[in-house]
Formats: sequence, structure tokens, C-alpha cells
Amino acid sequence: MNAELLSRLQFALTASFHFIYPPLSMGLGLMLIVIGIMYVRTKDPKWRRLSFFWIKVYGLIFAVGVATGVVQEFEFGTNWANYSRFVGNVFGSLLAAEGVFAFFLEGGFLGLMLFGGNRLGPKMWLAATCLVVFGAHFSAIWIIMANSWMQTPAGYTIQALPTPVRAYMTQFVQVMFTPSFIPRIMHVWFASWTAGSALMLSVSAWYLLRKRHVEIAKANLLVALPFFIVFSILNALMFGPVQSTEVTNNQPLKLASMEGLWQSQSCAPLYLVGWVNTTTETTTGISIPCLLSLVAYRNPQAVVTGLNDFPANLYPPINLVFQVYHFMFNIGFLLIPIGVLGLIWYFWKRKVFQAGWLLWLFVVTVFLAEIAITAGWWTAEVGRQPWIVYNLLKTAQGTSPTLSTGEVAASMVMFVGLYALLFILFIYLLNGKIQQGPEPLEDVESVPVTSLPDSFREIFRRRPARAE
Amino acid sequence: MNLNVIWFGLFLIIIAGYLILDGFDLGVGSLHMFVAKKDEERRIILNSIGPVWDGNEVWLILGGGVLFAAFPLAYASLFSGFYLAMMLVLLVMILRTVAIEFRSKRSSSKWRGAWDIVFGVSSLLLALLLGVAFGNVLSGVPIDANGNMQVTLFQLLTPFALLVGITAVAMFALHGSIYLSLKTTGELQARLRKWMPRLMSVFFILNTLVVLAIFLYRDPISARYISNIWLVIFPLGALIAALVAWYLLRKGQDLQAFIASGTMIALLLISGGIGIFPNLLISTTDPRYNLTIYNAASASNTLTVMLIIALIGMPLALLYTAGVYYFFRGKTELDTHSY
Repeated sequence: MNAELLSRLQFALTASFHFIYPPLSMGLGLMLIVIGIMYVRTKDPKWRRLSFFWIKVYGLIFAVGVATGVVQEFEFGTNWANYSRFVGNVFGSLLAAEGVFAFFLEGGFLGLMLFGGNRLGPKMWLAATCLVVFGAHFSAIWIIMANSWMQTPAGYTIQALPTPVRAYMTQFVQVMFTPSFIPRIMHVWFASWTAGSALMLSVSAWYLLRKRHVEIAKANLLVALPFFIVFSILNALMFGPVQSTEVTNNQPLKLASMEGLWQSQSCAPLYLVGWVNTTTETTTGISIPCLLSLVAYRNPQAVVTGLNDFPANLYPPINLVFQVYHFMFNIGFLLIPIGVLGLIWYFWKRKVFQAGWLLWLFVVTVFLAEIAITAGWWTAEVGRQPWIVYNLLKTAQGTSPTLSTGEVAASMVMFVGLYALLFILFIYLLNGKIQQGPEPLEDVESVPVTSLPDSFREIFRRRPARAE
Repeated sequence: MNLNVIWFGLFLIIIAGYLILDGFDLGVGSLHMFVAKKDEERRIILNSIGPVWDGNEVWLILGGGVLFAAFPLAYASLFSGFYLAMMLVLLVMILRTVAIEFRSKRSSSKWRGAWDIVFGVSSLLLALLLGVAFGNVLSGVPIDANGNMQVTLFQLLTPFALLVGITAVAMFALHGSIYLSLKTTGELQARLRKWMPRLMSVFFILNTLVVLAIFLYRDPISARYISNIWLVIFPLGALIAALVAWYLLRKGQDLQAFIASGTMIALLLISGGIGIFPNLLISTTDPRYNLTIYNAASASNTLTVMLIIALIGMPLALLYTAGVYYFFRGKTELDTHSY
């Protein structure tokens, strides 16, 4: 164990733990907007009841997301000082832009969203929710931009003087829109929306299984299901392949590692499951011939470059990349039949609410989606190794030169303990909220909805309704 | 006025924004153990900052991002050099967030009591750590020829840095008490008002000691003020703002007093910033190793792009912040959405 390895592990731990929450703030946020719109349009109180319920859940998810997000910003400086020196000109500005543009939106309006139910009319409350959720998506844009620059750097020049060697920005637009950015943000967004709609689907199905809040759970399930189907299908069949084409073009070594392809070949196979043996340089498993060539190049006869055509010292941990990628891939495809079965049972058998086995499948979707997202993120990040900035700076060169093993070990122990505590509390409280379920409107509404200010004019002309 | 100076100024303004805004909720957190007697009072205190603390913390995150982008070499040296201190900052920040969010999710008094202690202690510690960090920036740090430094947690706790730390705790507690007075009524408010003169006197004494210590022991800073005596208007302005805040509090004009104490905090930070200017980190090893706003900065095109971003984004950010504060103005009342 040395400081570098521990720093890597610590970053992997903190980033993976953080990345449980932002996809849900985006995905559940989008679903909250859907439910808010349903209420504004129909005035059916069940949608308002659901809004009150889900916004509490959202607050919990958001709080842990914020708390663990700050860690990420600090760690660039604390553990990766030489990386920060190298990329500051380029990467720093994207991070600062995220702060200025996105965090203020989220942080500013979160209070209105969480505390606004009895102070704002439904339209204004929905507007506050929209702004927070927009902020969350905007935040993802900047952070994926920054990360995409690390994957496919563009719009920069390297200068050795003044020391240290640094990347300087030449074209801000190229820095923002590197070749991998658009495919990656779409993939992340659709994955997040899948996870968010899966959370709603999962909780509604669980209520139906437990025969609690049955009417409202049915309504909620029917809202979540179509979104879940559309998002999971589009992500697996459209944005996933677009992303793999991008990787093929820009990071061919990563693609070869993801598929464990050793020899360059046309009609390259795509593995469903397998194991990569790096000593014998073979990959064994169940594969579909020609499919990789088809996905990567839209042409089954295309030649996909294999690992043997790259220097072995630039290999990432190949089997790990292969495994996490296939985890994501298989789960992503597994979500589609679950959604489609729901649709079939709803239209053809009319028994979606009675089919216990199907409801159980719905319950597990959110866990599957979260695992797939984490596995996907690992594919992107582990697959980039040994580089921290692809082809420019090795991860080993990016560390903080002053760190001692003891210091990183101490912080690692702190994070393991703290995050374990956080996770237990999060699950405990989330479970508590879900067990309690949507409360009757009488219990959550302290003033009649019609008396709340529902336009800017009403808000700013008089004292908030409660103060009167 | 060049881009580097502008960014140093903007960085100070952002940190001042953080200290003014998150400062009061740190102060509220430090005080709530002492002033609230009943659960309902605790909840009123927590809910007085409930809708805004998250937005307040954004200013620190922005400050970190701006330091990274505008002065990456200083960001890298500071964050890696103060490694364990930074980890401690993260620890208390996370615990604070968790405490305020989780406290009222259950009604058991043990649960709530435990989180109250966590919230109070972490708020207090964060205020202390911010002060200690600022104290160390004022006194200088052991930067070597490569821009690296290694400072253990205990080396950071010099008498001077600790003094600045305790001063920061008192300053935020005072600022927080004024905010709470704005947000509360009746018995709770009366109890708070009893705390104010004590906090004010403690802060006043401590801050005088800090100024004396700087004048006597911190040569680069006192030399700057002696060489350009007009700069003294900033610390003097802070003194006047403090006196005005005190006068307004006695007259019962809490809102104006809050603005005055915010102004004081900003002026104190700016006075410190002017004291080290144009350095960001003063090297105690050799003045040639100082990290300045020139040798630690990003290139001018990055600074220009960021200035455009800031000019678009900051007015919007101020607008939302003001709007949200305006919306939640007035005394805090509890409802079903409260913590």
C-alpha cells in the first residue's frame, strides 16, 4: 500500500458512493415534474399527495448527494495536486462554471422546493421544482464535460514553461464539446431517468405487494411504467450503442478491453458473459459473432482493433473493465423485458396489479438500475487507466507529492466509516419514509391550496400566506 | 487593474459571500445548544436556516472551484498541504449536513438529542477550522521551491492560528445571534438578546488581540499597511461597521444590524486579503517561493472566459439568493414540511 494506490482507492470509493445519488436527483426530479404537471392539469388531489411524499424522499437523496459531492471537489486538490496543477487552466473553469450556473440554481431553489408545499401555489411550487431539477441536469452537463475532457482532451496545448508542465486552453468551445461529451451526457441522462422512474416503479409495486396505499400506488405505477419503458429502451438500444461507437473512435484500447478482444479482426464477436485471462491472452465465454463490429462500426464486416495492437504497458485492468462493462450491458438489457412484460400484462391480461412475480421484478428495478449506473461509471473510469487525462498524463503522475501513506490511510478510514454510517442512515430513513407512505392530504396541508400565492405577482405583492 | 487582480478581488468577494451567509448558519449551529431549551425552540432555530443553508454552502464550493480555475497552483498546494485539516473540514461539513437533515426525521428524544450535539459541535468546529486556516494563510506556510508544502494538523494549530480560529467562532456566533433574533419571537428571542452583549465583548477583545498580534509579529502584513497607510480604511471600516451593528442592536433594528455585521465580516476578510496581496500563499521558507496571483494563476484566456461566465452567472445567482431570502423573510414558523 502506498499513498498513490490509497488515493486511487479513496477516489474510487468516494466517487462511486457519491454517484449513487445524483442520478436519482435527476431521474426522480424529472418524475416529480411529471407528477406536478399532472396535478396542475387535473387538480386531482392524489397527485398532490404524491408530490408531498416524493419531495420528502427527494430531500433525503439530495442531502446525501450534496454532502458527498463537496468531497469530490476537495479531493482534486488534496489527493491529486499534480493533476490539478496540470489541468487547472482547462478543467478548473468547467468546475467553476458548474458552481456559478448550476449549484446556485439547485441550492437556491431547493429550499423553495422542499419547504414550499404550504407556501406556494401548485404552479409556483412546480416552477421551483423545475428549477432545482434543471439545475441538477445542468450540473451534470458541466461535470460530464470536465470528465469528457479527461477522456478525449481537445482545445488545449501543452507548455512546459513556466513550470510545472501544464495544459493550456486554446479553444473554450472545443474544451466544452470534446468528441465524447454529447454521447456521454445523453447516456448519463437516460440512465439517470431510467433509475428515477425505476425508483417510483419499485416503491409503487412494493405498496401493491403489501396491499398498502393501493389506489395511489396504482396511479403512481401507471405513471412511472411508460417512462421506465421508454427510457430503458432508448438507453440500451440507442444511446448505449452511440456511446460505444464514440469509444471505438476515440479510445479503441478501452473498447478492446471492454470486450476482451485480443486479435484485430473483422466480424468481431460480442460477449454476453466471459472471463479474460491476461496471462494466456485469451477471452472465454458466450459470444455472438460479428455483433461487436456491427455495434462499433454499424457494419458486421468492419475490423475492430484488438489488444495485441497496443503496447501492454498501456493496458487498463482488462478483466475488471470487461466484467463491469458486461454487468452494465446485461442489466441494461434485462430492464427492457421487465418493462415490456409490465406493458403486456397491463394491456393484454389486465392483471398488472395482481401479478405478484411481476411486481417483485418491478421492486428490484431500481437496484438493478443503480448497479448498472455504477458499473458503467467504472467502465468509463477504470477503462481510462493508466491515464488520468487520456494520452496526456498518467494517473501515477497526478498525485500529491507531499502525501504520506499514513495520511491517506487515515482519511480512507474516515471515509469508510463515515460513508458506512451515511449509507446506513440513508437506507434507514428512506425505508422509514417509504414504510410511512404518502400521508393523507389533511395531514400535510396546513392551509387550503387555493389560498396559496400562485404567480410571481401574488408572491411578491403580499406577505406569504402563512404570515398573515 | 489586470485580470489577475480582478480574479483575486472576485475570489475575496465570493469568500466574503460565503462567510456572511454560511457564517450566520454556522453561528446559529454553534449557538443552538446553548440558547434553545425545548424541542420546539430547537426546531425553530433549525428551520430558520433550513431553506437557505444549502444555498449558503454553495458559496464555499464556488470559492473552491474559482481557486482551482483561477489559481490552480495555489489550490493544489493549499489543499494537498493542509491534507488532514481539509479532511477534517469535509468530515464536519458532512456531519453538519447529515445532522440537520436527519434530526427531525424521528421523534425520539435520544435521536434528536444526539443529532443536536453533532450539529452544534460540527458547526463550532467548522467555524474554528475556517479561522485556523485563515490564520495560517496570514502567517505564511512552508512552501518549497516546487510549490509544495507539508504541514501536519498540529503544525497548523499555532497560537496565532488558534486565536484567529476562536475569533472566527465568536464572530459567527455573534452574526448568527443577530440572524436568529430576526427570525424568532418571545422568550427565545429574549434569551438570545442576553447573549449578544457577551458575544460582542468576547469578539471585540479577541479581534483586538488578533490585530495586535498581526501588528507585532506578522511583518509582511503590517509592513504593507505601514507603507500605504490609506489601506487602513478597510480595517477601520470594519471597526465602524461593528460599532454601528452594536448601536443598531441596542435600538432593536435587527435587520440593519445584521447588514452591518455582514459588512464587518466582509471588510475583515478584505483587510486580510489586502494584507497578503499580491501573494496567495506566503512562503515561510523563502519569499521567492511565494505563490502569488501571477505565478499561481491560469493563463489570461482562461481568466477571460471565466470572467464572462462570472459576469453572466453571478448576477443570476445573487438574484436567486435575494429572491429566496425575500420569500422566507419574517419570523420562522413550523409546519408539516419543517425539519
